[in-house]
Amino acid sequence: MMLTVVLACAAALLGLGVLAVGIARSASATRIIYGASMIVAAISCAAAAMHLLTAAAPESAALPVGVPWLGAHFRLDALSAFFLVVVDLGAFGASLFALGYGEHETAPQRVLPFYPAFLCGMTLVVLADDAFSFLFAWEFMSLSSWALVVSHHRVPENVRAGYVYLIMATFGTLALLLGFGLLAGADGHYTFEAMRAAHPATLVGALALILAFIGAGSKAGVVPLHVWLPLAHPAAPSHVSALMSGVMTKVAVYGFIRIAFELAGPPAWWWSIVVLAVGGVTAVMGLLYALMQNDLKRLLAYSTVENVGIIFVGVGLALAFRAHDMQAAAALALTAALFHVFNHALFKSLLFFGVGAVLTATGERNMERLGGLIHCMPQTAFLVLVGCAAISALPPLNGFASEWLTFQAVLLSPQLPSWGLRILVPAVGALLALSAALAAACFVRAYGITFLGRPRRAFSPLPTETDGFSRAAMILLGCLCLVAGVLPGLFIDALAPVTTALIGAHMPQQSDLQWLSIVPIAASRSSYDGLLVFLFMVISGTLAASAIHRLASDRVRRAPAWDCGYPDPSPATQYTAMSFAEPIRRVFGTTVFRAKEIVDLPPPGDIRAAQLKVEMRDLIWDFIYVPIAEAVSVTADRLNPLQFLTIRQFLSLVFGALVILLLVLALWP
Amino acid sequence: MALIRDLFIQGGQMLLLLVLAPLFTGFVRKMKARLQRRQGPPLIQPYLDLIRLSRKEVVLAEQASWLFRATPYLVFAATWVAASLIPTFRIDLLFSWSADLIAIIALLGSARFFLALAGLDVGTAFGGIGSSREVMIASLAEPAMIMVVFTLALIAGSTQLSNVAEFMASPQVGLRVSLGLALFGLVMVALAENGRIPIDNPATHLELTMVHEAMVLEYSGRHLALIELSASLKLLLYVSLLGCVFLPWGIESAGASVPTLALGIAAYLGKLVLAGFLLALFETSIAKMRVFRVPEFLGAALMLGLLATLLRFVSGSF
Repeated sequence: MMLTVVLACAAALLGLGVLAVGIARSASATRIIYGASMIVAAISCAAAAMHLLTAAAPESAALPVGVPWLGAHFRLDALSAFFLVVVDLGAFGASLFALGYGEHETAPQRVLPFYPAFLCGMTLVVLADDAFSFLFAWEFMSLSSWALVVSHHRVPENVRAGYVYLIMATFGTLALLLGFGLLAGADGHYTFEAMRAAHPATLVGALALILAFIGAGSKAGVVPLHVWLPLAHPAAPSHVSALMSGVMTKVAVYGFIRIAFELAGPPAWWWSIVVLAVGGVTAVMGLLYALMQNDLKRLLAYSTVENVGIIFVGVGLALAFRAHDMQAAAALALTAALFHVFNHALFKSLLFFGVGAVLTATGERNMERLGGLIHCMPQTAFLVLVGCAAISALPPLNGFASEWLTFQAVLLSPQLPSWGLRILVPAVGALLALSAALAAACFVRAYGITFLGRPRRAFSPLPTETDGFSRAAMILLGCLCLVAGVLPGLFIDALAPVTTALIGAHMPQQSDLQWLSIVPIAASRSSYDGLLVFLFMVISGTLAASAIHRLASDRVRRAPAWDCGYPDPSPATQYTAMSFAEPIRRVFGTTVFRAKEIVDLPPPGDIRAAQLKVEMRDLIWDFIYVPIAEAVSVTADRLNPLQFLTIRQFLSLVFGALVILLLVLALWP
Repeated sequence: MALIRDLFIQGGQMLLLLVLAPLFTGFVRKMKARLQRRQGPPLIQPYLDLIRLSRKEVVLAEQASWLFRATPYLVFAATWVAASLIPTFRIDLLFSWSADLIAIIALLGSARFFLALAGLDVGTAFGGIGSSREVMIASLAEPAMIMVVFTLALIAGSTQLSNVAEFMASPQVGLRVSLGLALFGLVMVALAENGRIPIDNPATHLELTMVHEAMVLEYSGRHLALIELSASLKLLLYVSLLGCVFLPWGIESAGASVPTLALGIAAYLGKLVLAGFLLALFETSIAKMRVFRVPEFLGAALMLGLLATLLRFVSGSF
């Protein structure tokens, strides 16, 4: 029943895409397309949430479209219902935001048709129940988002971003294709139903898992496959950036979880080592990159890389626990990862909307040219502050709740029997802790430089508060961040059917606990209560405020800033984004980025200005991607003469190839 | 009845911390002055400062936003809530289960987050320098602290502070290598987090090396009073934390008879005196280090924490 509703919604989105081609140039097209997408997303979200909350049995359907002998299989179970909620919640928020933001679009005909198609693609990925539909939907999602990335195709950066994205997306899909090929076996059982029933050999399962990790990881943005993400996510319009960062990376996580926990057969313990190590490194590297960015959208894209790392640490821990039959711990780790999926979708969308609002108001996304926006955009500033606090894992917001769960999962891992994991997990825990602290630094910098301080550039006219739709979308997400942080137990309970289906266990029923607190596993003596922490903070803050205002002086005088007696009127004397990151660049950047500071001090008598230059290298780009690109271009050059053969030579080439292939077939054991 | 008693104890402890915090700061200052053969300000000087500050008007920079005005209250609320969850003279605090050690660290992180933002709010060079250095220090101190918490949690089997303290007071804990490493790590983090020598000097102004004081340079009047009080509370918090984890004597007593309570409070005060004296002695005998030596110092703390955790992961007997 719910599956029918959800599939109808996907079809409606596809129809909207077609409709948008026709009406894109009319004045009301923006309102119609985004409004309709919003309504469809709301219906689909409600259906998926209903399925998840009632813990309904999986529903499947086979449609007679697609590959003739296979058809298209779709299935709605707890896992896909949860990810559908994430997708549709993000889609709902983005559509609501775009109702206002989309009005400023200069070329709506390049955005409107692809937007609903992109939503449709993501919906179909989480519903697909055979390899062909999955890969088709995956590619559909990639290509429609690619079209959105290059929607402003006259900007050279965007074209380059689109190019890199296309290559990485193709590479990722190729890895997934090979992975599914392995899982389908020699007889070609391409439905997930058959893959679930067949138990692949350990080696085949492991290979498929690695391929799935590469394929899904390149879409989710794990280091070192993340390079396209900070290029492509910022290039798209802000509401699409929010969807790509907040939601599409989660669809990739879905793909990995589906394959690793259901299709790849019984796990070997060392699978988790790869996932854990890559996840931990991704978390820290993503933030270090983010800290060095001045472009707000690129900073957010890198922070997505970090959060994907945290999610994969959770997933890796779940894999490790599952391989050792520690079901309760596995359920905790997977719940932590999924809860972080949900939370990250909320606050990352919120932050991208905030940057979109800043972009609309000022036309600027470089922090170094912003500042003081809290005075002219107070509501946006407040909502973005909520997002920044949530993503920095500050209690009582939602980012902290999921990170707390991940830490609790790390603390259960000394019970793991394998030595490799016992040594790896504390290191990963340290990386997680480091990334949590760096996240706070990164978002103090992003928020402080953009919204606080004095304007670094005169704007004419002055930036004004953003429109009502955009604010409504941000308020919705901000409130959800608070609710998920204060009442995490409700969300954890809602995830119980997912972990039950995948692992066979779930976290203790949280709603039975007193005062709405949460506990990680039944035997543990640790607990956290977001609601009480929130109430305590409100009470003690109010107490302090009322006591101060009753007892102390309440006089306020406005005066120039003190600044140790030497305030300088020029806004250039305040800290910039670059200078704020300088201590951290010196601590971490000298090794990670080979950061060098070059001081160019002219000799006496020379009147040119002194200069301080900072050189940083992206080692992953320089040492992995540049050599590969060079190898490809050298090979292409070598093969180039093949273009100029005569027709006889071409024919003999084809004949030779045929003979070799036949020989291989004949000699194959 | 039991609930009322527990509420009373919890409330009493919150007030006790609030009252003791300036006194402890004053005590450390007095000890330092005596060690330097100065007379030093009277013990109650911090109270007098707070009263004086709260009577004065607030001079607010022209470009300060609402965030600048809200931050002192937020910082105070977060610090006070965090401090009141640390067992001082009793283990069984009523609300100790609502936030564990990780949450306490995160609460202090919230306070720091807003304080660093307030440093950037007015748009002055000093505020920026303070904020940027503070987040650099925090980016190493916080993970070090979390690793210490991991060690304690793995030894005691819980991240709940009252459980940790209870376990530490029990005879089954014994002498452990990992505990020693964790103690060193925690002390180093505590020095850094509270801006004490050798990381930062709480007594300086107008010095390019200052961190915390640079961040709050633009604050005045009642706002400054709240921030000073929060800083004192934070110092007391760390000392209480060290006390209840590594010197857990005197707080394990069950029952609420007047003698046990009195014993608990006396033991707590004794620990404070000891900690204050040691802190003053340490600060007097060491010089402040350059800002860019701080990462090495905190990196060592992080490695100690990591090593302690690793030992716990490798074998339960360390």
